[in-house]
Parts: sequence; C-alpha cells; structure tokens
Amino acid sequence: MLEVQEAPVSSQETGAKSGRFFVRFTRAQRTMHAVLFSTFLGLAGTGLPLRFSQSIWARRLASEVGGFGAILFFHKLCAIVLTIAFAIHVKDIFTRGIMNREKGIFWGATSMVANWKDVKDIFAHFRWFLGLGPKPVFERYAYWEKFDYWAVFWGMMVIGFSGYAMWFAPFFAHFLPGWALNAVLVIHSEEGLLAILFIFSIHFVNTHLRPDSFPMDMVIFTGVESEEEFKTKRAVEYERLARQGKLEARLGEKPATWLVNFSRGVGAIAIAIGLILLILTLTAYFGE
Amino acid sequence: MSRAGKVRGSSTASWELRHNGMTKRNTFGMAAVALLLVVFVPGRASAQADCLACHADKGLQDAAGHNISVDGETFARSIHGSLKCNECHADIKEYPHPDKIAKVKCDICHSGQATELAGSVHSDGVEHPCTSCHGDAHAVFTKDDKRSAVYPLNVPKTCGACHGNNGMAQKHGLATVFPSYLDSIHGSALTKEGLLVAANCQSCHGSHHILSRKDAKSPTFKANIPNTCGTCHAGITANYYDGVHGRAVAAGKMGAPVCSDCHTAHAIEQPTAAGFRMQSTPICGSCHKDKFSTYRDTFHSQLGALGGYVETARCWDCHEAHDVRPASDPHSPVHGTNLVTTCGKCHAGANLSFVQYQPHANARVRKLNPALFFVRLFMNLLLISVLTFFVIHTTLWLIRSRYEQVKKAAERGPHA
Repeated sequence: MLEVQEAPVSSQETGAKSGRFFVRFTRAQRTMHAVLFSTFLGLAGTGLPLRFSQSIWARRLASEVGGFGAILFFHKLCAIVLTIAFAIHVKDIFTRGIMNREKGIFWGATSMVANWKDVKDIFAHFRWFLGLGPKPVFERYAYWEKFDYWAVFWGMMVIGFSGYAMWFAPFFAHFLPGWALNAVLVIHSEEGLLAILFIFSIHFVNTHLRPDSFPMDMVIFTGVESEEEFKTKRAVEYERLARQGKLEARLGEKPATWLVNFSRGVGAIAIAIGLILLILTLTAYFGE
Repeated sequence: MSRAGKVRGSSTASWELRHNGMTKRNTFGMAAVALLLVVFVPGRASAQADCLACHADKGLQDAAGHNISVDGETFARSIHGSLKCNECHADIKEYPHPDKIAKVKCDICHSGQATELAGSVHSDGVEHPCTSCHGDAHAVFTKDDKRSAVYPLNVPKTCGACHGNNGMAQKHGLATVFPSYLDSIHGSALTKEGLLVAANCQSCHGSHHILSRKDAKSPTFKANIPNTCGTCHAGITANYYDGVHGRAVAAGKMGAPVCSDCHTAHAIEQPTAAGFRMQSTPICGSCHKDKFSTYRDTFHSQLGALGGYVETARCWDCHEAHDVRPASDPHSPVHGTNLVTTCGKCHAGANLSFVQYQPHANARVRKLNPALFFVRLFMNLLLISVLTFFVIHTTLWLIRSRYEQVKKAAERGPHA
C-alpha cells in the first residue's frame, strides 16, 4: 500500500533549471487527443443547437451554416471520425494489453484503472485544499486524469450507441423495445450535455486553467515537459523512474518554438470555443 | 352585359331592362334598335355633345378649383356611355346651368346595390361613395371588363387603396391586410399569374353587402368560414367536416379552429412551403399545449426548429390536416393499425417495434412513461452528482493553488 508522500520542493522554486525535457505522451497519443478534441468541439457545436433548438443563437447558427441538414451532416461526420478513433484506441489497448501482454495497461502504477492510491489521493487532496494536510503527490496518472479518461470512455459508448440507435432507428427497432427509441434521445442529449459541461469547465480548469498550468498544459501538444514540471506534478512517477534507472530512457528534446507557438494557438482556439459553448449552454439551459 | 354596355343612345328604361335580366338572345335585337336611335334621334344623341362642347376642355375647373372635364371618348365606351349627361346630373335642366350642382345619386338606377351597401360596413356614403370602388364616374366598366376597377385582377388594388393603410387594418384587430394578401398564395396567383379564379377580396367578403366578421350573416363570420372557403375548396371543406374540428364547429363548439385559424385570413401560404411548415406547429400548439410541449422534446421538433429541414414531421404529417381524427378512430392515421404506414412515409423500414416510439412521450411524468422517467432521472442524477462533486473539488483546488502561488511569490519577493 502506497503512503501519501509529501511534494518535494521543486527546482522551479529554487530558481534552477535543468534544461532537460521528458516525454509524457507519444505522437500517437497526442494525435488521438487532437482528433478527440477537434471532433468533440464539432459534435458539441452541432449538437448544442439541436439540444437547445428553441434558443435564438441555435437558430441563427443553424441558418448561418445552411440549416439542420448541414448541422446533422457535420455532426455525423464528426461522429464517424470519433468512432474510428475510439475503435483504434480499443484495438490498441487490446493488442498491447492482451496480445502483447504489456505490463501496466490494466493494473499497476501506469495503468488508467483506478487503484487504492487514487482513493487515498482524493481524500488527501481535499485535506490539502482545506489546509488540513500536506499536498499529495501523484503517479503517472492522477485520479482526476483517470476520471477524465473513463468519463470519455463511458461517454463515447453511451453517446455513441444512443446516437447510432437514432441514426439507424428502424434497424435498431428490430432488437430494442419501442420505448428505447424514446430513451435514446434522452440519454444522448443528457450525456452529451454532461460531457460538454464537464469538459468545458472541469477538464479545462483541472488540466489547463489552474494556476500550476495556466493558461494551458502544453504537454498534450508537445508531448514533453520540463524536468521541473515533471517533478512537481508527478513526483511519484519521477521518483519511481529515477529509482528504476529508467529516467534517461524517457528523455526527450526541447520542443521546437514553432510547435510550441502552433500548439498555443490551437489550444487557445479550442479553449475559447469551449468556453463560448459553455456560456451558450448555461444561458440556454437556465433560460429554458 | 358587356355587349349591352357598348350600346349607345338607348333610353334609361331600355338600359335598365337590359341590366336587370336581358337574355343573350335579344341582346342583338336591342342593340339594333339602339343603333337606330343613335342615327335617327339626333336630339338625344347630341345631348352629350352639347355638354362636351365645354366639358371636353381638359383644363376646365369649377369655382372651387376641381377639374370638371370629361373625356367624351372614354365615357362613350363606358357602361354608361349610352346615357345622357342629365340622366345622372338630373338637376341640370337647361343651359347655362347653375355653378353648384347636386351630387349624383347612383341609387336612382342601382337601388338593389344601394340597399345592400346601406346595410354594409361601407354604409357611410361620404367615406364610401360608389366611385371609390368603381372608379371615375365617367369611366365605369362592367366587372368582366379589364378596364374596370372591379375586374377580378383589379379588385385587390381597388380595395387596397383604402385597406392598404395598416392603420385601418389595425383598427379591426389585424396587423396588415393588403400587403399580406399580395404576398399570399391567393394574391400571388392573382397578381403574378393573372388567375381569375384566385380568391380576391370580394370572393370572401362579398361586394356591396360586406359585413363585419362579427356579424353572424357575414361570410367571414367564424362559423361561416368553412363554407366560404368551400365555395372554391369544396373537397377540403368536406374533409374538414369529417374531422374532429369540423364536427365540433358544426355542433356549435366555436373553440375549434376553422380554416383561417390555421391558414390565416390574408397571409395564406402554400402549406407545403417552408415558411408555413416552419410556423405552423405553434398554431396547433396554441390549443394543444401539452401535445406541443411533448412534441418539442422530440427529435422531430428539435431538427424541425432549425430550418432548412422542413420535411421533419409536423402535426398534420401524422394527424392529417383537415380530416383530423382521434387515435381511437380506425380511420385515423395515428390509429395503432395505421402507424406502420404513417411512420413509413418518412422512415423507410418502419416496423411494428419501431412504431412503438412515442412521438409525444413525457419523460417528466412517471405514470405516463415509467421507463423513460427513470432513464431521465438516472441521467439527471449522474449529471448533477458528477458536476456537483467536481465543481466543489475544482473550486477548492483553484483557491488553494492560487493561495500557494501568492504565498510563494510573497516569500520570494523581497529576495528577488
């Protein structure tokens, strides 16, 4: 059982910088995130006007892009791309975890599956929030990151299934009861709303907008982070790698300036669109 | 009648005779007699010429400055061209005549129309002299004559001279009348296609005996509207009277809609047009509030509201427009046995399970749709609990992180 460790004094605070960068995400993972957030913004942007079809902005947006036909086309296009991305991810997990018996996929320190440390981390984190305990330190994936992952995983299955059930309703009616056709719209719209509200508020703040990462965490775009950031944010993983002598294997290169600037631009646009959609959603939701 | 209008020089009596029931067969004979009169009775024929000696002058004005010229040629071709001037201007007996002459009384000849007019909304003779509709007194033509102000294609413009004024429409509780009509399917058929059978103002309102729509005898009185429209749309009216709305109206239940409640009176659109499809479900919804509210929860409404996709099911796509019947009626398209056909109009492959879908499901009421109610409840609880937890979590985190940041900056500050 892991004990909650106290965060080390980061070198950032002492002012010294090693100049070393460590790889956190592979190119494939970054691409997956890019596809995920692009299609998600597309799905949210075209789904919200449907969910709040009585609101003025929804109608104006719809008429700007060519009415419902255009909206539905774009929604389905994004859905197909996202479905393919999801299938690739599941296949990847299957290949790595089951075929290749790669360690750390289904359990262990690097797994996305929740463990006892996550439960303890949540409580420790809350204690720290309230000034009742030390700041907890995290492994490769912290509990809120795992939640993000599973929320998206669950969301894609639920929203995806209900979406396809509506798209091919007469086909799904062969093995679904009649009331399920009513239910899928409720499920699709509520789960979609949850995903939008969660990503555009909680995920944005937890990952990008909180003071430690403000205005955004570049690691998902560049794939690398500075040694100082690594040590502060994921001290347990850093210590483990150092102990195992695997730290050097994770060394990466300082990201090119163009990549950093490009990523900043794309990230800023994505966050801006998300925040606008969040405001529109909240006004429409409370204006209903 | 139109041929009679070309006859000249006949007496008032014969003119009246022709206007009051002359058969086609004797028209020619009468015309021949009239022609003889023109040739052989110079005293009568010269009466117009005598007046025109002065009044043909286009600049002729009376003491008050009104133009009192008469275009002799137009007048001669008009329906009254056969009359002597003093048959209408009866107070003129000799020349020179007095400066001030009496107003012409059309009812000397047209007593039937005058009586009708007196009982109508236009009874105020000062505001509505005959000429305000029939045009220039010296250029009156029959209503079949293209030159007539009351020729079907000219009627809207003639009425619009007064009723194009929105103030007048608003006085009677309508936003606009004339512009709405011109844009309507009737108006565009009439003005753009020149379709004589397209309804013009008087097709629905009548001509001399126009009554307020509040008057039970008026063709635009609510209870009379289905039959008024039915004079042209006979099939639709029959369908309508077969449906629940028509039967309710026939039974005197006037809360039920008649044609104009859904189609409007003047701004009638082609029902298949995007505009009408877009605006019409709220019309049904203004009475069927609960059904409209549940319809708005569905995909049909959501995508229908966004425009550019007018095909999505509106009320009457499933319920029929005119022959609306309750779902319990086997002839209703929403009766259980007809659903596969009805849904199948849009949803190819609709089967018995597919039509179990409830287009008016209410997920908010447990008794009506228990399964849907619990699905919605679960989704809402999930949404609320996840968001509540993380909003608290992340807000606290933000505050704490900011606090640390400020504290550290303050500690570092003096040494920097």
